[in-house]
Amino acid sequence: MLQAAAFYILAASAVISAFMVVAARNPVRAVLFLILTFFSAAGLFVLLGAEFLAMILVIVYVGAVAVLFLFVVMMLDIDFATLKAGSAGYLPLGGLIALAIAAQLALVGFAWVGADGAAVHLQAPMPEDTHNIAALGALIYDRYVLFFQLAGLILLVAMIGAIVLTLRHRDGVKRQNMHRQVNRSRGEAVEVIDVKRGEGIG
Amino acid sequence: MTVETLLTDLRLLTPELILAVGAMAFLLLGVYWKGEEAAARLIMRLSTALLVICAGVTIWMAGGEGGTAFHGAFKLDAFSLYAKTAIYLAAAGALVLASHYLQSERLAKFEYPVLALLAVTGMSVMVSSNDLITLYLGIELQSLALYILAAFNRDSLRASEAGLKYFVLGALSSGLLLYGASLIYGFAGSTGFDAIAAAASEDGAKIGLLFGLVFLLSGLAFKISAVPFHMWTPDVYEGAPTPVAAFFATAPKLAAMVLIARVVYEPFAPMTEEWRQIIVVLAILSMGVGAFGALMQSNIKRLMGYSSIGNMGYALVGLAAGTALGLWSVLFYMTLYIVGVLGAFAVILSMRRAEGMVERIDDLKGLSKTHPALGWSMTALMFSIGGMPFLVGFFGKLFVFYAAAEAGLWWLMVIGLVFSAVSIAYYLRVVKVIWFDEPEGRFEPAPAGVALISRAAALATVGLVPVVGVMLALVINAAA
Repeated sequence: MLQAAAFYILAASAVISAFMVVAARNPVRAVLFLILTFFSAAGLFVLLGAEFLAMILVIVYVGAVAVLFLFVVMMLDIDFATLKAGSAGYLPLGGLIALAIAAQLALVGFAWVGADGAAVHLQAPMPEDTHNIAALGALIYDRYVLFFQLAGLILLVAMIGAIVLTLRHRDGVKRQNMHRQVNRSRGEAVEVIDVKRGEGIG
Repeated sequence: MTVETLLTDLRLLTPELILAVGAMAFLLLGVYWKGEEAAARLIMRLSTALLVICAGVTIWMAGGEGGTAFHGAFKLDAFSLYAKTAIYLAAAGALVLASHYLQSERLAKFEYPVLALLAVTGMSVMVSSNDLITLYLGIELQSLALYILAAFNRDSLRASEAGLKYFVLGALSSGLLLYGASLIYGFAGSTGFDAIAAAASEDGAKIGLLFGLVFLLSGLAFKISAVPFHMWTPDVYEGAPTPVAAFFATAPKLAAMVLIARVVYEPFAPMTEEWRQIIVVLAILSMGVGAFGALMQSNIKRLMGYSSIGNMGYALVGLAAGTALGLWSVLFYMTLYIVGVLGAFAVILSMRRAEGMVERIDDLKGLSKTHPALGWSMTALMFSIGGMPFLVGFFGKLFVFYAAAEAGLWWLMVIGLVFSAVSIAYYLRVVKVIWFDEPEGRFEPAPAGVALISRAAALATVGLVPVVGVMLALVINAAA
């Protein structure tokens, strides 16, 4: 009973805040609603018995990604009101399509509740004597090792891409070269000039 | 998983391992090699050689036994071996086309071949996927590398626009695909294709699986630019550097098409009647947009974009058959299409005047008089891609339509024939410009690699005809 109540509260807050992410006029507010969505999702994970995923979601997405988002949004000078100006014109058609998809998905949802296998799939197949992190580790480093490595390759591509598309080698940039600094002799560093009286070294 | 099982599993992934490790080694080499230009040239050659070696390894592996690896996540069979060989060779061809262009446009960086290798690794995983997670990771690995390649000319506004457009729409399609995958997982209780096939043969879960499949196919249709998910294609082809467009039009299209074929033929085989409707709609719309959209184009790269949309439609006609014959006809059609497109892009890359690259159809005026060999090549390639009788492209189309007709889709075949006749018009327009207009200046001599590919592909449109005939007979016998 308590679990059901917690589920409905968390699910409702997830859906409402996700809607507000899209609907909010102020982009900073939209990011804050995004953080609320992440928190609600983390709560849902806890209810499912996936505590580790819940913590990761909070630490990685809320702690790092969303805060970074917030900084970027605050630094950009974008007037979202003008960006969204034309969107009202698409509302009737877009709303109609959204409504149709929502109705169809509701149909699917009811089909799932009634499906034969649903009850089996709902049970989280977690062995009793092991804990979350051990179970996850046993999966991703053993059974799913191929996926793990492929995900690593994808991140490598992202890294290469970020460098290729943004790094520029510029000439004339002054960089510190420790080796050269230390190995400088007095001869290269100091120049003794014999200045004649009344003339300077113009 | 013990070391022994890991090693046996990895043996099936030999080409992918070679590619991934090679890409990382070349990356290191490029970072530490003195001199950017020299590193770019060296790694471009090494990567091309690596792709050819991988194709050799794949052909050699065809002698061994296939099977699944990593608890059924990865599958090696005749189908994927064939697709992999074709993908590696097409990618090697695309790299040969890129090499000179990148140097003359001051884009020569060693990351280009490295990213291409990683994209090919992704495609290779895609065609072997036997699990929704493998499918998704393969697609992402491929797409992410392709987004970067599209924007590779970062100082050009249009290339950046192409990259960004491709990226945003691609991310949307990935979202659709993942949503579909989660629905399928919810109803089948597993991401493995075998378990999904078992669930699809029962009645209870069908409606949910169907919804999942619709979303999944929407995401995949984006990758082959089937209508209504085609909007990005002409813009990206036009904006991206020409050799990148040549790469886009060949290997990734084959990989995505093979992936769609695998998804609908293996896990969703029990639901053939349901998915056939989706594929048929995609096919008809693609053929229509491809045929009519290209009529008014003046840019040859945009024309190739629309041509690829239309040709994906014809390939989908074969897929809609839902038979083994249909499957082979799709592979066959895609292979011949890739040969034609690679040649056509080689001709486009030969269109360089003293002031730089040109890409209007009008720039081809009088090509038959100024450069007869190039004129003949382009004529043969255009006719072959358009499916004019007695060049190989015609046999590809014939085979696809035959497969559809044999499965009882007569009406689809007739629609395909009508659109095919319409699409001949714009290929003919290019040929008319080449042969009957007065020349306006000459092109610079093309680099050796580009010239070789344009001539070889043009010869293949005629020279492959006897081979195609034999293969047709063999495949029809094998399927019957």
